[in-house]
Amino acid sequence: MEEITNLFHGFAVVLQPFNIMVMVVGILLGVIIGVLPGLGGANGVAILLPLTFSMSPTSAIIMLSCIYWGALFGGAITSILFNIPGEPWSVATTFDGHPMAQKGQAGEALTAAFTSSFVGALFAVIMITLVAPLVAAFALRFGPAEKFGVYFLAFCSFVGMSKEPPSKTVAAMMIGFALASVGLDKMTGQLRLTFGFMELLTGFDFLIAVIGLFGIGEILLTMEEGLSFKGRSATINSRVVFQTWAQLPRYWVTLLRSCIIGCWMGITPAGATPASFMSYGIAKRTSKNGREFGTGVIEGVVAPETAAHAAGTSALLPMLALGVPGSPTAAVLLGGLLIWGLQPGPMLFVENKEFVWGLIASMYLGNIVGLIIVLTCVPLLAAILRIPFSIIAPVILVLCSIGAYTVHNSTFDVMLMLVFGVLGYVMKKCNYPLAPLVLAIVLGDKAEESFRQSLLASQGSLAIFWSNGLVGTIMALGLIALFWPLISNGWARLRSRPAF
Amino acid sequence: MDKASPGAVPAGPGLRAVEIGVAIGTAVFALIVIAGSLKAGINWGIEGPRAGFFPFYIGLFILVSSIINLVQAVTTQKNDKLFADWEQLSRVASVVVPTAVYVWLVSWIGIYVSSALLIGVFMKWLGRYGWGLVLGIAIGVPLITFVVFEKWFLVPLPKGPVEEWLGF
Repeated sequence: MEEITNLFHGFAVVLQPFNIMVMVVGILLGVIIGVLPGLGGANGVAILLPLTFSMSPTSAIIMLSCIYWGALFGGAITSILFNIPGEPWSVATTFDGHPMAQKGQAGEALTAAFTSSFVGALFAVIMITLVAPLVAAFALRFGPAEKFGVYFLAFCSFVGMSKEPPSKTVAAMMIGFALASVGLDKMTGQLRLTFGFMELLTGFDFLIAVIGLFGIGEILLTMEEGLSFKGRSATINSRVVFQTWAQLPRYWVTLLRSCIIGCWMGITPAGATPASFMSYGIAKRTSKNGREFGTGVIEGVVAPETAAHAAGTSALLPMLALGVPGSPTAAVLLGGLLIWGLQPGPMLFVENKEFVWGLIASMYLGNIVGLIIVLTCVPLLAAILRIPFSIIAPVILVLCSIGAYTVHNSTFDVMLMLVFGVLGYVMKKCNYPLAPLVLAIVLGDKAEESFRQSLLASQGSLAIFWSNGLVGTIMALGLIALFWPLISNGWARLRSRPAF
Repeated sequence: MDKASPGAVPAGPGLRAVEIGVAIGTAVFALIVIAGSLKAGINWGIEGPRAGFFPFYIGLFILVSSIINLVQAVTTQKNDKLFADWEQLSRVASVVVPTAVYVWLVSWIGIYVSSALLIGVFMKWLGRYGWGLVLGIAIGVPLITFVVFEKWFLVPLPKGPVEEWLGF
């Protein structure tokens, strides 16, 4: 019951007028970021992070997390109206969303998308409210070895779950770890990997990497395709909204299943994108009218949107409770916590109750506010998309540069951002995943610290990672996640073998 | 490729060649990391594992996965898959080159003037808009950023001779 009391305290924090204003501004910015090509949740939050330095941490996290919710909502608009996924996780929404718009049901498709996003997010927030404090309380018992185990598990799941070849995922991730280790070694106070360059003393900041890889890289990809936006117009009136809402309860099985898929994929750092595809695929296989999927059925919009939003939201659970972000955007938020002087991880629930519960309460309210905003602002947002790319692109480039500069007030970082941008473009084209790279830059220091502390305790023996039931279980789970494709293949082959 | 005549195959660098290049690039990066780690020391000192200990193994991981990627890229059968055709690459270059100049200019003439130049060049060259709209947006956007960053949020951005002349 303590959680409920804490949650109400959280609501009291959020309902202060300033925080409500911050929330609305955040959602609006987020939706615009989600709609614009080249600006996504992760780099949008990264660019705006410096603006929050002067705010209280609670207001800052409300603003940034609301940008994230807004971006999650915004991705659906471009998918449905323009057949262009504004965010990777809304690719699956185009399969049925755009055909619906072509049939003249854009309003229904958008309402269904927004509402199921909301349901997915709500499910995930309730789950966070109930589960996060338990996980955090449990994680207070973790020593360095267990902490390293959790990082190991997170990174192994990346390798096992990503659709890219494992060797490429490992390469991208390890490059991230290597970049993270450049500069001052915190444990010995020694410089390393700087090769005499003054600029490298402070190391590579992951915010620069995020802005470059996701922001500039995305603009280059968009430019390559030479996009001309040909969209469907849409208006949503209250009649369409209520008609669509009346239909949705019919799909409660799909909704519930997508919520569970989303939460699971969000907590293990597989992320929103695979969650939306998986949810769409399963809905297609199990639905009665599965054959009509792809021609514009509402169920084909509900399934991926619910899962994507549930995954995007639940990615904050491991960030809050363990200090391990489940997605690149969660990683940027975690970076924010460090900048505001908070230590992410289980102690947050003990030492910064107001902050944690304010954030959780803002998730409830933020998603309600978000739903209302997107339902009422669709025509306006669609108009933003009609601004030609040759105007939008340089403005986004300028915003990215400002964002990169403000991280450390250094023009070297702006150059670095462009380098990361070109790298991101090439890597993406060659099928290297970017998310593990960014997460490794964020977590590199901490993972190394817990690894070296564990080794210190054991005097160099790796057996410490199997020394008790808890750490052994976490490491074993990590290995299972790492080899999951092999295991599931083997299992499928065993089952398909004819019985003798 | 709607402009190309029927039968014309778009030309450009092959995906396989670029994949091989990227794998070699990551391998070189791995060697740099390993060399740097060796310099920092990878053995145990009095304080425990030394600074190069962790990055050394990271470097080894990158090296091994680069070799796997390289072998995979080399052994894939030759196909006509392109990384991108030249027209697409020239569009990408039309963003990268002005941005590179912009990034270089920022440290000399400040972010506001160079932003106005970037937006102006972009709109005039790629978008072919009229001067009125070009000037409006090219000057308006930096002005708005100035107000938002310097006045509201008190975040100073790099300034150059023009701002100095204006008295900021």
